[in-house]
Amino acid sequence: MEMTLAAPRVDYLNVRHTVASWLLTKDHKRIGIMYLVVVTIAFFVGGLFASLIRLELATPAGDLVSSDTYNKLFTMHGVAMVFFVLIPAVPAILGNFVLPLMLGAKDVAFPKINLLSWYVFVIGFLFTLYAMITGGVDTGWTFYTPYSSRASSTNVMMTGIGVFITGFSSILTGLNFMVTIHRMRAPGLTWFRLPLFVWAIYSTSLVQVLGTPVIAITVLALAVERGLGFGIFDPALGGDPVLFQHLFWFYSHPAVYIMILPPMGAISEVLACFSRKNIFGYSFVAFSSLAIAIFGFLVWAHHLFVAGISVYSALVFSFLTYAVAIPSAVKTFNWTATLYKGAIWLKAPMIWALAFLGLFLVGGLTGLFTAALGVDVHIHDTYFVVAHFHFIMVGGAIMGYFAGLHYWWPKMTGRMYSDIWAKVAAIIVFAGFNLTFGPQFILGYLGMPRRYHMYPEEFQVLNVLSSAGASILAVGYVLVAIYLIASLFNGEEAGDNPWHATGLEWTTQSPPLPHNFETQPVVTEGAYEYSKREIKVV
Amino acid sequence: MSDAAAITGDAHAHGHHPDLQHHFDTLEQQHEAATLGMWLFLVTEVLFFGGLFLAYMLYRVWYHEAWVAGSKELSIALGGFNTVVLIGSSLTMAMAVRSAQTGYRRATIGWLLGTMALGLTFLIVKVFEYKDKFDHHHVPGYDFHVDAAHAGIAGPMEIFFSLYFTMTGLHALHMIIGFGLMSVITWMAYKNRFSPQWYTPVEMSGLYWHFVDIVWIFLFPLLYLVDRTQ
Repeated sequence: MEMTLAAPRVDYLNVRHTVASWLLTKDHKRIGIMYLVVVTIAFFVGGLFASLIRLELATPAGDLVSSDTYNKLFTMHGVAMVFFVLIPAVPAILGNFVLPLMLGAKDVAFPKINLLSWYVFVIGFLFTLYAMITGGVDTGWTFYTPYSSRASSTNVMMTGIGVFITGFSSILTGLNFMVTIHRMRAPGLTWFRLPLFVWAIYSTSLVQVLGTPVIAITVLALAVERGLGFGIFDPALGGDPVLFQHLFWFYSHPAVYIMILPPMGAISEVLACFSRKNIFGYSFVAFSSLAIAIFGFLVWAHHLFVAGISVYSALVFSFLTYAVAIPSAVKTFNWTATLYKGAIWLKAPMIWALAFLGLFLVGGLTGLFTAALGVDVHIHDTYFVVAHFHFIMVGGAIMGYFAGLHYWWPKMTGRMYSDIWAKVAAIIVFAGFNLTFGPQFILGYLGMPRRYHMYPEEFQVLNVLSSAGASILAVGYVLVAIYLIASLFNGEEAGDNPWHATGLEWTTQSPPLPHNFETQPVVTEGAYEYSKREIKVV
Repeated sequence: MSDAAAITGDAHAHGHHPDLQHHFDTLEQQHEAATLGMWLFLVTEVLFFGGLFLAYMLYRVWYHEAWVAGSKELSIALGGFNTVVLIGSSLTMAMAVRSAQTGYRRATIGWLLGTMALGLTFLIVKVFEYKDKFDHHHVPGYDFHVDAAHAGIAGPMEIFFSLYFTMTGLHALHMIIGFGLMSVITWMAYKNRFSPQWYTPVEMSGLYWHFVDIVWIFLFPLLYLVDRTQ
């Protein structure tokens, strides 16, 4: 084994090799990797359901699957992707890995709770998988009552338990990160020297801690209604199903910001690094994260514009929804200004980040369409909405996640992937994405409703385009998996700081030491002092 | 293995406090982290119960008459007794934390056992209250009936009892968890694990117990005392 002359460096990966050393680890870096494995599995499970949906929609007739099966497909696609991919992807994988490194800390504040939250996550996922395998669930990922409480005969209970359990993982991770950021910063690391990724994670954690308990109690109320025959939302007793929708969206709209804020943080890191410039408007970007987290709690009823809520509250929620666009736009403008006159270095993470910028812009602006009361009546529950939130969730969150993953991959594994294949994959995904969801805007505008497995023949051309795009998208994602895994076996050694980036995580070795730093780092400057660095990039 | 220990710097080798975890610099930092974490956890608990309080509020406004009728079916005597018991247990819990802080091991154990005894009393009374609901067919989803006089508001009354059981049941579950916590720290106190330098688990359990107590302080008037003048 040990043929080399130099003693092999001890790092968090080679320090111990047993399975138990992984399953009982308290190391935030190993836990991050363990999340990566589970989330990737969930991503391909969710992706499989998406493929079947697009396959069915290639023809106008409902010929591949029955209507009931189709209901299950889009429900399970949503459940897998929302709760087991988008919510944990960046915070639980990248956040776990880099947050303590960025803070100059040895670990998160509560390492045992961190491990516990992984187990809770896996148990929740297993419950949900079990529900999917043993018949699935057909309520839509939103579990609207009374359909979910009374009418549906599918595995609502089991899925609900899965989602309920997973919620605690999210709460514990958010709580852990908040305490870590408050109490574990290195000497000299003041709040305004924190990397913007940390600000984004902090804001996200705030939403996780304040929002997730509400979905937990909502699902619990649904469970007692369905399981014990209690009546909390039951219209037969005078209960209000719309109350369920309010409670559900009180979490699930802010959850959108759980999904998008951390990728936004990753984008801030990547754009500054590959522009070789200090981030433009640091404090605006930092505070816009907090503003999104706070405003995000005040907009939930825009999902209920056609559910019979009062005109006055609809007006207020419409206005507040417009208000969320302001901090989002602040970010976008600042990112663009960071690029301006920068020395743009087109490495793979930058390509993913630029793809994010374009797609998030479209997703954000079409969000304003749906926030407008009159327009929403027309496009509600159509493919326009589907396209809009996929531009945010996939075009934004997943692209941002990949930007961050490609950026920190050499730090996490010590290996460099193929830059050219990564660029090719980014372009394939970008093209495939636009082809998948671009036509859906038009379909929705023309009136094609979501959640039906058949449609009139005049919609076929656009649907075929969309399905074709989905297959290109799938190729792109598989490609990413292939070259990233390949890099583990034959990737070049990445070196400690392959991007010549600022930030404490790049000052330690790759992969990092078990306890991160040889000596306690001391911080003396801001996070993006690229202007002080005289490093030429090729 | 030895490499790892050398790199990681096993905290115990440097003569630190045995309960100082390796990733903290000082006991004070560790205590502050635990305290902040616990308060954040309690915030999540407030929001957790908050969903039910929202449902309660909505339906109370809509169905005031049913709320009054439902509330009258609950025993003020038992509820009031339990309220006193729980407030008393908060006192004994506070005394336990104080004893741990000042290093009186025997007193800490005594106050903790007292808290557990009061908690158990509460739960036993609750069992009798629940049994009474079964006897009077006031359990929603299970042979639910109301008097002929209330036939017109039977639906909303069933919602009232649904919320009653969900809210008090969830509260009772929290008490059972608290009971478990208390057993562990009593054992730790018995094993002389705490000192005035380090008694964080006692204080954190105390915060949790007070929270559970406060939830009941809201539940009691909201459920038992709806417009008792009628």
